Amino acid sequence: MDITQIQNNIIEEFSVFDDWMDKYNFLIDIGKDLPVVDPRFKTKDYLIEGCQSKVWLYPEYDGNIITFKADSDAIITRGIVSLLIKVLSGRTPQEIISADLFFIDRIGLRQNLSPTRSNGLLSMVRQMKLYAMAYQVTTTPPFRGEVGG
Amino acid sequence: MKSIEEIRADFPLLSKKVYNRDLVYFDNGATAQKPQCVIDAINDVYINYNSNIHRGVHLLSDLASEAYENARKTVSTFINSARHEEIIFTHGTTSSINAVAFSFGERYIRPGDEIIISYLEHHANIVPWQMMCERKGAFLKVIPVNDDGEIILEEYYKLLNNRTKLVSVTQVSNALGIILPVKQIIDAAHSADIPVMIDGAQGIQHGIVDIRKMNCDFYAFSGHKIYGPTGIGVLYGKEKFLDELPPYQGGGDMVDKVTFEKTTYNELPFKFEAGTTNYIGAIGLAKALDYVSGIGRENILERELSLLNYATEKLSGINDVIIYGKSDRKVSIISFLLKNIHQYDAGMILDKMGIAIRTGTHCAQPIMDRFGIDGTIRASMCFYNTQEEIDRLAEGLLKVVEMFS
Repeated sequence: MDITQIQNNIIEEFSVFDDWMDKYNFLIDIGKDLPVVDPRFKTKDYLIEGCQSKVWLYPEYDGNIITFKADSDAIITRGIVSLLIKVLSGRTPQEIISADLFFIDRIGLRQNLSPTRSNGLLSMVRQMKLYAMAYQVTTTPPFRGEVGG
Repeated sequence: MKSIEEIRADFPLLSKKVYNRDLVYFDNGATAQKPQCVIDAINDVYINYNSNIHRGVHLLSDLASEAYENARKTVSTFINSARHEEIIFTHGTTSSINAVAFSFGERYIRPGDEIIISYLEHHANIVPWQMMCERKGAFLKVIPVNDDGEIILEEYYKLLNNRTKLVSVTQVSNALGIILPVKQIIDAAHSADIPVMIDGAQGIQHGIVDIRKMNCDFYAFSGHKIYGPTGIGVLYGKEKFLDELPPYQGGGDMVDKVTFEKTTYNELPFKFEAGTTNYIGAIGLAKALDYVSGIGRENILERELSLLNYATEKLSGINDVIIYGKSDRKVSIISFLLKNIHQYDAGMILDKMGIAIRTGTHCAQPIMDRFGIDGTIRASMCFYNTQEEIDRLAEGLLKVVEMFS
């Protein structure tokens, strides 16, 4: 499934919820399925700090695709992180760099990715793209500092 | 006194709906809503006599200048300063503190000197002093707090010494709502001839500020927290200090005579008001202070205390609530967490229920570190809030607990 198809799937999954409460309950649930970051990597190097909640993001590159693992200290943030992982993990650097994340808007979670929310999510997307750019030119796993994070 | 219904009707925003629910606005510690009379006063300037102050020969400029200077007198009366020339208009508390940190630093601070602040400070009363200390080779000393969040006065007394050049503390902790014993802090510093600055950002909203009784040397507050417009603030300074301090910004209106060789400065308060000031903000602020005086500050305090007691009791009744900052002397701010639930998760759900609270570190990271937490949920109430709104918060919290457990 390409990035567009998987986003359309998510939009469809969310379309059954009329009530915001159901939507958030769903986010709480899917947050539980997130492939979590090995505690070894929950360090400063992989921390994306927001003033509201924190996100850890750990990339692995096999020379073809990047696999992301992530975690957050807030459950709703973890739910949204899990959606972003679904869309962007297991993709080639080029796919990640050129991805247009239209689903966020369509499922009504745009406010959570606005720069004013400071919950680490916007920085997470930026960081995923920066990792992808770094892996395009090298195969060694970069630390955040080395890729401009 | 006006009834609560009449008071709420004075604030147009309070009757708004968010997500189709009646708004519960409990973020007054961040900014307070504005009564219609303040909104009208600002509109009135723009519609009827807007003109730059202190410059024109024409009628409109005279009217605007007069309203601006009257606003200064209103502020002076409201906080009971000895002279209205001691009232400097700034952009807000932050710019007032930065102004003193710069000017006081330039005039009085030498390498090795010390500035005392407390553990309860907002970043606005930490960072400007750090910047000044770095510039001047001085050191920042911090008054510790006990496990309830109250500052330890004995430790403060021990910090005072002949290297101490200034003490700058907040009147009320924005993160916990605890009222600091500023009178004791000021008296102890003065007994060693050390001046004291008070950050009144929260204090102005919840207390009766009497500068002469308090006897602080500098006092800073923002208009937007006392029901006035944003972008206007006040720096009060004792005349003897303001006379000695160099200006922190140069520009128009703050000068006496300018030549390329040398410039002499205008007299107080104009020496510290370079450029076109936010005169419309000042006029709006004066209207807000009149409004507060009209309601009566004693009445406001009484209502807020009763809201604090009700909310403390109500929230303490919820098993999972942990309240941070316990003191007999608090304003109507409650900072708390729900056991095992991230404050951001709670805030997101409360928001959807129409309840506006603040989550996070409240720009006061050191006190959060002191408690080993990375934020709280803060409900900051003021006199226009009601017990019913506190009930809605309590219901909302129960819902949050249900969702995340």
